[in-house]
Amino acid sequence: MPPESQTYRYLTQPEIRFLDAAVERLIPADDLGPGAKGSGVTGFIDQQLVSVWGSHGRNYRTGPWPEGTPQQGFQSRLTPREIYRAAIREVNVHCLEQYQKAFEFLAPREQDEVLKGLESGAIQLASVSSKLFFGLLLRNTMEGFFADPMYGGNRDKAGWKLIGFPGVPASDYNDLIEEQNVPYRVEPVSILDVLQERVKLDSQGLPKHVKLKDEGRSGR
Amino acid sequence: MTPTKLKPVDAVIVGTGVVGSILAKELADAELKVVALERGRVIDPQHDFASPYTFDELKYDRHSDIFQDLSRETITFRNNAREVALPMREMGSFKPGEAVGGTSLHWGTHTRRFLPWDFETRSRTIERYGKSQILDECSSQDWGLTYEELEPYYDQFEHLYGVGGKAGNLNGEIQPGGNPFEGPRSREYPNPPSSMNYAGTLFANACRELGYHPHVNPVAAQTQAYTNPYKLMLGQCIRGGFCSSHACSMGAKANPLTTVMPALLKQANFELRPLSNVIKVNLDSDGKRATGVTYLDAAGREFEQPAELVILAAYTFNNVRLMLLSGIGKPYDPATNRGVVGRNYSYQSAGRVTLFFEEKVFNPFMGGGARGTAIDEFNGDNFDHSGLDFFGGAYIAVASSGAMPIKSIHVPPGTPRWGAEWKRAAARYYQRNLTVRLHGACQSYRQNYLDLDPNYRDANGLPLLRMTFDWGDNERKASAWITKKAEEIAKAMNPSLMSAQPTAGHYDIVPYQSTHNVGGAAVGADPATSAVNKYLQSWDVSNVFVIGGCNFPQNSANPPTGTIGALACWAADSIKDLYLKRPGPMV
Ligand SMILES: Cc1cc2nc3c(=O)[nH]c(=O)nc-3n(C[C@H](O)[C@H](O)[C@H](O)COP(=O)(O)OP(=O)(O)OC[C@H]3O[C@@H](n4cnc5c(N)ncnc54)[C@H](O)[C@@H]3O)c2cc1C
Repeated sequence: MPPESQTYRYLTQPEIRFLDAAVERLIPADDLGPGAKGSGVTGFIDQQLVSVWGSHGRNYRTGPWPEGTPQQGFQSRLTPREIYRAAIREVNVHCLEQYQKAFEFLAPREQDEVLKGLESGAIQLASVSSKLFFGLLLRNTMEGFFADPMYGGNRDKAGWKLIGFPGVPASDYNDLIEEQNVPYRVEPVSILDVLQERVKLDSQGLPKHVKLKDEGRSGR
Repeated sequence: MTPTKLKPVDAVIVGTGVVGSILAKELADAELKVVALERGRVIDPQHDFASPYTFDELKYDRHSDIFQDLSRETITFRNNAREVALPMREMGSFKPGEAVGGTSLHWGTHTRRFLPWDFETRSRTIERYGKSQILDECSSQDWGLTYEELEPYYDQFEHLYGVGGKAGNLNGEIQPGGNPFEGPRSREYPNPPSSMNYAGTLFANACRELGYHPHVNPVAAQTQAYTNPYKLMLGQCIRGGFCSSHACSMGAKANPLTTVMPALLKQANFELRPLSNVIKVNLDSDGKRATGVTYLDAAGREFEQPAELVILAAYTFNNVRLMLLSGIGKPYDPATNRGVVGRNYSYQSAGRVTLFFEEKVFNPFMGGGARGTAIDEFNGDNFDHSGLDFFGGAYIAVASSGAMPIKSIHVPPGTPRWGAEWKRAAARYYQRNLTVRLHGACQSYRQNYLDLDPNYRDANGLPLLRMTFDWGDNERKASAWITKKAEEIAKAMNPSLMSAQPTAGHYDIVPYQSTHNVGGAAVGADPATSAVNKYLQSWDVSNVFVIGGCNFPQNSANPPTGTIGALACWAADSIKDLYLKRPGPMV
């Protein structure tokens, strides 16, 4: 699915532009392959925010809500949906004050400066901890880049190709596992690839992996 | 609201995990009328855990609905009694299950026995090193139950779960290839050991160079197709990763659904009631006998299930919490050091060395279960602690559990957490690193305990369980010292880069560590320091048995479930052979 036809259920246009720019700094496109934006991570985050997780539906959500120690973990009264909504707006307020431009219009170096300020807590946001927001953003970006493509990110299995992860396993690893220093390089297989039989399946319903011809493809 | 009173049964079992399923089966086989109450839903593994849907790291590792639903119930946590405990709002350090079958639907299958020393930690440490080896506040103690007594039950559980491994000590004779430090076993494992992967072979070679005895981890991910004593068939593990934290679509992971339930559900004197949340064990007027339990069904209706025998098998947390909510046993008070329920809560310490290579590619996605290669030289009291300021230890292992990409991308020390440089390092090193890990013991301390939280409640309005826990100095020192040993092994493997991280600082509830939560209802010979006697029978209410990791007075370095399963088999036999013949206190 080309990026232009991506539809969003939660994120607004300014939020999409912010996230496209931010996730691309976290995992940029380069000679190794697509970055987070090109592999659909913004769409992934949208899906996650709509999911049960986005409203912390399976998390304990009763107060009181004192801040706690770092060892006590997540204690915000805001859900991920609310954190993204508030934080993106407030980061843009910071960027307008500091650079007179919204985040997406900053030079990559300036964007990195802002992201580092959020990561370290040096930039303070009005209604939410900047560290907390950055932590969620980095976590969701990594999840989107490496989760099964059915969640909207890792488009074309770009994340798996980058590192050489085969996805749904084949059933013959037992025969190969003792091999020493023999890289196993195959075309990765997603859940949808199996369901739509875009790969040959064996009698157990597991994919027969197709070996990559280009030896240098992964794991440089 | 008055609860609906149901027809009495012989035994009611709370929870259908490793413990509950074994107790239900064994008591049903003894012709008792048995009801099992389970807060979670029914799982039909053939359909619910079907391929390819199980190969989904985001779902299973992060958001699985077979994990406990924290929106209804969680625990609260603080490092020490000066802090206010706050709820664990998000799943982190551990991942208890909530489904028929319990936590081991998504466990890692590593099934080691405890060392004989683990059962006599305190007396053997004092005997060898004197009292000064043990910190004053350390409350680790002997079990009042020995390895020799449990050995037949380890054997029973290993055959039930089809554990694959190589004996290191058969009836006192050391066997080549096995773990020479293990306690004597009466039989070989029912299944052969896993083969070693490349990382394991490198580790084993380095260990041999240093004079250690590497062996393959015993696992309950079947190493070949297997039929267990209940005549249930398990499939062979394909080592395709997506294992620990995930459900298995190959029927290869031993757990209650593959090893017990299909046989049990055919028995007419057994009834399973899912979506039934037990909130209390009911006691008679003098508090000496349980009359049954009260539970809520999915619609919130309250039921009273009368029973002659109550078995708590609801994992460490709810076993302890139900005792506290029901007034069974004296709650532990850290100020006076009196009371037993909640005392000696413990966990598992760690430590790791990550190695990076330039010319070696490990195919880290191949693997499954806690397969791997280990040495036991620094576990328990297998080495001389004279002159060291700690006791106990860790086993050191290289896992072959299938490195999943969201969770298991490691980059060399100094690499940024994101950006172009991170991306290049991730691409280069995902396949070119391995981790040498410590799995460490954790002693118990006066200041680490479980009780009821005064502020936070569950969806039914009942107090949450409160955990007060931090690492002890003994664990920090042990981890630092043994991590050095792991670094020596790592160096012998010739990596281009490495980084070491022992257990240090404060215990942190955020990153996943292990679901090896133990203690709180310790077994023991003395009712002043234990909640249950050696048969796992409550000292105070003799028709209540409390079984699980909660019985450990402190934690061994070895993973808990082999011992939890052995305790379940031991308690089942004790009930059948002794208790039913003469109900009442057994000690
Ligand atoms: C990711 C992961 C990896 C693991 N890997 C390993 C490993 O490699 N080796 C090892 O030894 N161990 C491992 N474990 C730990 C292992 O799963 C547990 O030790 C084991 O499942 C404990 O069995 P149990 O029967 O005591 O409790 P559980 O399996 O937790 O069963 C308890 C049951 O009680 C139910 N219950 C709780 N409260 C109530 C209530 N109030 N009313 C009704 N029902 C209730 C729960 O829903 C649950 O089904 C792992 C755990 C996890 C999560």
